[in-house]
Amino acid sequence: MKQLMTGNEAAAEAAIVAGCRYYYGYPITPQNELINYMSMRMPQVGGVFIQAESEIAAINMVYGSAAAGGRAMTSSSSPGISLKQEGISYLAGSELPCVIVNIQRGGPGLGDISASQADYFQAVKGGGHGDYRLIVLAPSSVQEMADLVYDAFDLADTYRNPVMILGDAQIGQLVEPVEFQKGPGKNFPKKTWSLTGAEGRKRNIVKSFYPVKGQLEEFNARLQQKYKEIEDNEVRYEMLNTHKADVVLVAYGTSARVCTEVVKKSRKLEFKVGLIRPITLWPFPKEVIRKISEKVQCILTVEMSAGQMVEDVRLAVEGRCPVHFYGRTGGGVPTSSQVIKKIVEIVPDNLADALLQLAEVK
Amino acid sequence: MKALYERPETFIDTATHFCPGCGHGIVLRLIAEIIDAWGIRGKTIGLAPVGCSVLAYNYLDIDMCEAAHGRPPAVATGIKRVHPDHIVFAYQGDGDLAAIGTAEIIHAANRGENVTFIFVNNAIYGMTNGQMAPTTLVGQKTATTQSGRDLTNYGYPIRVCELLAVLGGSSYLERVSLSSPENIRKTKKALERGFKTQMEKKGFSLIEILSPCPIYWRMDANEAMKHIDEEMSKTFPLGVIKDWKP
Repeated sequence: MKQLMTGNEAAAEAAIVAGCRYYYGYPITPQNELINYMSMRMPQVGGVFIQAESEIAAINMVYGSAAAGGRAMTSSSSPGISLKQEGISYLAGSELPCVIVNIQRGGPGLGDISASQADYFQAVKGGGHGDYRLIVLAPSSVQEMADLVYDAFDLADTYRNPVMILGDAQIGQLVEPVEFQKGPGKNFPKKTWSLTGAEGRKRNIVKSFYPVKGQLEEFNARLQQKYKEIEDNEVRYEMLNTHKADVVLVAYGTSARVCTEVVKKSRKLEFKVGLIRPITLWPFPKEVIRKISEKVQCILTVEMSAGQMVEDVRLAVEGRCPVHFYGRTGGGVPTSSQVIKKIVEIVPDNLADALLQLAEVK
Repeated sequence: MKALYERPETFIDTATHFCPGCGHGIVLRLIAEIIDAWGIRGKTIGLAPVGCSVLAYNYLDIDMCEAAHGRPPAVATGIKRVHPDHIVFAYQGDGDLAAIGTAEIIHAANRGENVTFIFVNNAIYGMTNGQMAPTTLVGQKTATTQSGRDLTNYGYPIRVCELLAVLGGSSYLERVSLSSPENIRKTKKALERGFKTQMEKKGFSLIEILSPCPIYWRMDANEAMKHIDEEMSKTFPLGVIKDWKP
C-alpha cells in the first residue's frame, strides 16, 4: 500500500522494515522528521531510541550496538555529520556495519538549512582519518530513499562496512507516495565476530588498533581488497536518453531531478541530451561514464556545490571529451532553464538558438 | 597442597606493557578475579578506550570492545542496549573520562545507564609521556605544567565522583585507592559492588581508583604509594560518595 511521507520519514520507516532496532540521533534541521519519527516508531517495535547528548555520542552508540551485533543507524545533517567523522573512521577501521543518513544542508560552517550537495567529498573520499571508504547511496525520490535505506543494511552486513545515505534537504522534506518492502531481506547474516559474551567460545575483540609494526599495513591491504570487491559488484546508476546523445549530463539526487526535466524538454529537439544518474556515489559508476565519453560531444556535470563530483567524472573521462560543470552553492538549487543555458554555452553555435528557446519554456 | 594465590583464569598469561610500579595491572587482575569467582566470563563485555587503558584486552580473556578517546560511555550504552542482561564495563583513565569524554560520562550517568565504569585516576597522561590531566593536583609538575599546575591557567582538579553525585541517574559512586593491601581489598569490594549494582539493574555505577604512576610522577614505587595516601587522597577523599542502598 502506498502512503504519503517525507523522505526523512521514509528513511526511518525503511530502516525499521529492514530490521534496524537501534537508532541514536541528535536534532538538526533539515533531518528532524527522521529523529521524531524514530522516537515514535522504535518503542512500537521493541527497538531502542536514544536522543544522544551530541552527534559524537550518537555515532559512538551506533558503534557499540553494531559491535554487539545489532542493526544500528544514526542520521544528521552536514554540520552534525562533520562531528561524526571520528566515529565513522573507527567504524570503518573496526569493520562495523551500520547506516548513516546525511540530509545535506548548505555550508561551510553553520551555513543554512536549505538543500545542498556540498558534502560529496566528505562522503566519498573519507571525511575522517585513514584509508577507508564508505558505500555512499544517493536517492533522488522518496521511494528511492526507502529502497536504498532498506538495501543499505544488507550492504553494510555483507561487507561489514558503514553505508552512508547522501540525501539533501529537498529529498528529506519532499512528500511523495512510497511503498515499503515486506520485511527484512535474506541477508541477515550470523555475526560470529560480534560481542555477545564469550560463553563457550574464544573471546571476540572489536578494534581498529594495530600497534605491532606491519599488522596495520596487512589490515589495510585487506580493507583495500574488500573495497575492490565492492567496486566490482555494487555500482548502481540510471541512464536516461543516453543512446546517441550529443551531450550527457551527470547528476545525482535533487540535481538529477532537475536534469531529468532538462532531458524531457530537449526531446522536442534534434539535439539530444542524455543523463547518467549515479545512485552509488562510491563505488562511482566510472566505467559507464568512460564509455559514454567516447560517443558524446561533451559532458556536463550538474551539482548543488562548487564542483565536487565533477572531479570524479573527469577522472573517469580522462580527457576523452570535454567535461563542463554547472553548480549552485549555498543552498541554491539549479533550475532546468539555468542548466539549458549552460548547455547552450558549451555546444556548437547552430544548435544554440533552438536550445535557448527551450530554456524559455516554462 | 592448597594454592593460596594463582593467576585468575580470565587474566591472560602474557608480558605486561605497563611501566614498573603502575597500578593498572592490579586493577585488571581484580576484575579477572571477580569474573572468575562469579563465573560471569560468558556474559561480560569490557571496553578499552585510548590511553594506558588501550590494551586492556591483552589481559582479560573476555569479549572486549575498543572505543575512541573519551567515548566509552556512548559505546557502552550502545552495547548494553543490545545486551541488557549482560555485564558491561568500561575501563577508563582520567584524560579519557574527565577531559575529552566529559560530556559522554555526564550524560551516561544522567540517563542512569546500567553500566559499570572503572575510572583509573593517576592524575597524569601516562601513554603520551606525562602531560597534565584534568585530575592533576595543584602544583603537580607534568610535561605540560613544568613549574606545576597553577590555578590561574588550569583551575582545580576535577572531582569526578562528586560531580556525578548530583545527577539523578547515578546510583553507586565510590573512590578507592591502590596504596596498600588493605586499600586494594577495598578496591575489589567496590568493584564487586559496582557489578552488583548493574546485575540488580540499579543503574549507573562508577568506581574511581587512585592509582600510582611512578614513572611520570618521577618517584619510586614506594614514594608513589605514599603520595597517594598523603597528597592525592586530600584532593580526592576516599569513600562511598553515593549508594543506592547505603
